[in-house]
Amino acid sequence: MTVEPRASMTISAVVNGERVVAEAPVRQNLVDFLRERLGLTGSHVGCEHGVCGACTVLVDGKLARGCLMLAVQADGAEIETIEGADAAGRIAKLQTAFLERNALQCGFCTPAMLLTAAELLRANPQPTREDVRDWISGILCRCTGYQAIVDAVMEVAS
Amino acid sequence: MKAPAFDYLRPDTLEQCLEALATLGDDAQVLAGGQSLMPMLNFRLAAPATLIDIGRLAELKPIRIEGDRLVVGARATHAEIGASAEVRRLLPLLSAAAPHIAHVAIRSRGTIGGSLALADPASEWAACALSLDAEIELASTSGRRRVAADDYFLGLYATDRRADELVTAVRFPIADAPLCSHFDETSRRRGDFAIAGLAIVWRGDAAALRDVRIALLGVGDRPVLARAAMAALEGAVPSVGAEAAVAALGCELSPPEDPAYPAAYRVRVAQSLLRRALASLVGKASP
Repeated sequence: MTVEPRASMTISAVVNGERVVAEAPVRQNLVDFLRERLGLTGSHVGCEHGVCGACTVLVDGKLARGCLMLAVQADGAEIETIEGADAAGRIAKLQTAFLERNALQCGFCTPAMLLTAAELLRANPQPTREDVRDWISGILCRCTGYQAIVDAVMEVAS
Repeated sequence: MKAPAFDYLRPDTLEQCLEALATLGDDAQVLAGGQSLMPMLNFRLAAPATLIDIGRLAELKPIRIEGDRLVVGARATHAEIGASAEVRRLLPLLSAAAPHIAHVAIRSRGTIGGSLALADPASEWAACALSLDAEIELASTSGRRRVAADDYFLGLYATDRRADELVTAVRFPIADAPLCSHFDETSRRRGDFAIAGLAIVWRGDAAALRDVRIALLGVGDRPVLARAAMAALEGAVPSVGAEAAVAALGCELSPPEDPAYPAAYRVRVAQSLLRRALASLVGKASP
């Protein structure tokens, strides 16, 4: 442990399958680090206090708010963003269903919705509509009214 | 907004952490899951000179049995507690409470120790700890001590923890005869801070309740033990004692006035939760 004041720190993390070693200010949020340092702008910054959910990413395989975590806390972690999930092709069915069901409009919440829906289906391949609503309850969508999003997730589930 | 500037320490051992807390005291803030602290930093409601990140302290993570206690490490996340088979078997109240805490992406990082260190009056874990008569374990360079939940919560975000102490674990008594329990809360939207919530545990069967403990969240400056309602239910048949307990609860609660939810409304919500809990007990005997 260093007891010297530090303004920044070198982080080593696996982001979307690739090892990243980069310097980050200690006060920087994970989502700002991903967007500004790594150019991964698919994770969005909305409220910055954990309410809107637009910054949702996976940290060590678990959903997390990118604005409620410091980048330095991700040192040694494995991060997956929407870019990684898309490139891996693992959310392709959800993406198609979202498109066909008009489950997105402005797209601001969509990366978080897709990552969260994918985690729900991994944990519970046969969710009820109530389950879907519960899982996406932490993400605000101001366009769709949620019905189409629930429809799209249910379509992939069935 | 973004967090203000701070110095950052990430101890590798508990000893290093406690030494840092002993040196820095009030100037430092412990960062665990960060699900309350990060919003407070981003809003600049918190501006510690130093953050001590306990994310590397593996000894604070496990959930284990020690004699007649289930010991939940301070860094156990809400999701880990909710998913633990051990917890479900021994203290199903905690399993029932976990899904009420915020949202899935918050539960994966927020910790029980962080929740009890902050002592938000709407904390689900605080009400559970109080109803289950748990002890909060605190460590500092001068040693460890355990504080009963009843003595630990002192007011709004105020606890018996000293500035040089770290919450290391929560120790829940495991009963010889299994406890029955029920948890419920009401919030305007899923995952919001509850308007009121209720944790109730008891022994016995539908003919006579024993060892009833009821703790409420969201209806005071701290979690509240509903002593009058408990007394009204002790030895009672739930279907008969219910209205007396609900009335007693109405008299003993005095939530703060707040523009969103008038105090009288919060009391009504708490009473409804108790009435509903007791209705669900009818025919639900102790195993």
